Amino acid sequence: MSVGLTMLGRSLAKAEQTCSLVIPACCGIVTAGAYPTTSYGVPTVATTFASSPAFATGIASVRDLNDERQQVICWAGDGGTYDIGIATLSAAAERNEDIIYICYDNEIYGNTGGQRSSATPAGARTTTTPTGKGEDKKDMMAIMVAHRIPYAATLSIADPEDFERKLETALSLHGLRFLLLHSPCPTGWKSEQGESIELVRLAVASGLFSLYEVWNGNEYRINAEPSWTDPAEYFERQRRFAPEEIDLEATRASCRLRFDRLSRLAQQFPRDSTEAN
Amino acid sequence: MPTELVTGNHAAGYALSVSAEANRKARGAACGIYPITPQTEIVEFVAKFPFTKSRVVPVESEHSAMGVSIGASLAGARSFTASSSNGLAYMVENIMVAGFYRLPIVMVAVNRTLGPPWNIWVDQGDTLMLRDFPWLQFYCETNQEVLDTTLLAFRLAEDHRVLLPTLVAMDAFIVSHTQSETNLPEQPLVDSYLPSLDLPHRMRHEHPTTMGGLTWPHETVSHRVEIDEAMRRVPAVFEDCREAFRRNFGRDPGAAIQAFETDDADTILVATGTIATTAREVVRRRRAEGEKIGLLKIKMFRPFPESSILDACRSAVRIGVLDRNYAAGMGGVFWQDLRAAFQGKRDDLMIQDYLTGIGGGDVTPTMIDDVLADLGQRSRAEAPLWMGIDTREEVH
Repeated sequence: MSVGLTMLGRSLAKAEQTCSLVIPACCGIVTAGAYPTTSYGVPTVATTFASSPAFATGIASVRDLNDERQQVICWAGDGGTYDIGIATLSAAAERNEDIIYICYDNEIYGNTGGQRSSATPAGARTTTTPTGKGEDKKDMMAIMVAHRIPYAATLSIADPEDFERKLETALSLHGLRFLLLHSPCPTGWKSEQGESIELVRLAVASGLFSLYEVWNGNEYRINAEPSWTDPAEYFERQRRFAPEEIDLEATRASCRLRFDRLSRLAQQFPRDSTEAN
Repeated sequence: MPTELVTGNHAAGYALSVSAEANRKARGAACGIYPITPQTEIVEFVAKFPFTKSRVVPVESEHSAMGVSIGASLAGARSFTASSSNGLAYMVENIMVAGFYRLPIVMVAVNRTLGPPWNIWVDQGDTLMLRDFPWLQFYCETNQEVLDTTLLAFRLAEDHRVLLPTLVAMDAFIVSHTQSETNLPEQPLVDSYLPSLDLPHRMRHEHPTTMGGLTWPHETVSHRVEIDEAMRRVPAVFEDCREAFRRNFGRDPGAAIQAFETDDADTILVATGTIATTAREVVRRRRAEGEKIGLLKIKMFRPFPESSILDACRSAVRIGVLDRNYAAGMGGVFWQDLRAAFQGKRDDLMIQDYLTGIGGGDVTPTMIDDVLADLGQRSRAEAPLWMGIDTREEVH
């Protein structure tokens, strides 16, 4: 999360833009610091859990009424995005509000001590799935892409150049831009802090998390081809998983299937490679 | 100034719209809207108003309607919304936030019974459920009072001595859908009454803060104390706004509490909204028959105007409270607050609660006569009495 915020700050500075941050209940609002200060250096508002896109709509509306130039950026975890906030986010996407929505997805309700969310992958043990979650992770990107928003992209802190380029793209566009950041949480993942970057790199390499971007709901571009490393390594290095309970064959097959589907979409509905973005 | 035949809803929608338009030279107006019977006409009116500098966002829920309004207000715009009943219940979390953020949002609420079982008629249980939040609350009796109070609400809420959101309530259908002659003040007159909104704590890039960041207990205490101090200033600021309203529009938007024939009354009825209209007629008739009966209409419910109420009831020996609401396991909400106000100051007073028109039932002059008959023969107050219980045989 903190790497993501640093990257965001850097991209804003490079683009000579400023922003207001709209943050629902999540670790991101805790690290903003104690009232009334903000460690982020920009106007920041703590919203109710389900409301960040609604608050952002109000702020962005007044910005537009007064011809002000600033980004209104929602910064939310997977709970506020995949679960409690999905109706509000969907509504803001349907209205194509001129806001950037960044979900840092650490696949768990981290702020409340590690309960399942609908972003939690199958097999992960959380405090509310003590024997491992039975259901697959919700495909949030597909849901957002279905809204035909101007831009949706996935991000990995293991690929900073790709990350930065996507932030630049998002900052250059208007309308609702959705960025999904695979965000390691050593506490929730029960992993070593020093391995965080390596873990999200493994997620991309094994096909568990795909790096791609979609314009207007129908122009796809895949940014990284998986090297198809064995997902077993990803699972073994996090104590949240019980490797013996994970069907590796089925996991490998579903990763292939998901990427294959994405590849076919990218072939059939490609983003024109001659364009700058 | 044009006088037109409009519903209470349209009176409210008009007041919200012209108040929002009055801020066009400042940061404009923006709000989220979501319909619910019987409030729907208000948001429809607002959605089609030809604003100069405004954005009205039709959102996906009441929770977000208040969320958008909060965002707009945080950015320094005049903001407002409207709701009712279960819509208010769904909005509660953000209603609370607007109050704690000290945002001068104005909301018009049409009082409607909370379900289930589903019922669209008047009952004040919905807005009274919000009684412990940092919101001012006003209960209106007529279409004109709804319009005037809404205009006044913006000036009051935005006054730097107050800076608290304000709720203006009216009875479902009896006011919301009933047309009556209403004076609709033209925009320039409204402009001259409502100053540009200057929200001192709005989000500013030159002075970034975290609105709603974590606080320690002692800071939360300070915050609550500041809200309490602001609430205590409201009666005086309300009078300033009312006086300015009289000068500007040439009519009285109505006092916080409205006493009718209470000066020498031994028996006082307490009512709000349209029950006050009916009760006033009963008082008028029985006064003519020589009875020392009076009526106290409570318009301002939050903050509770305790001292004015005590003062208006000086001569009373018995009070009958007509509550169109029921707090489960307790009784009428107005009755509870009234008893608390008199506690230790007028322990000689008998204060009896009558639950009238719950779920939208008619409150007739006959029912009020029944209340007075009960009150007159009673030597001490007892548990709240339910009026209008259906005694017909159950249909199987």
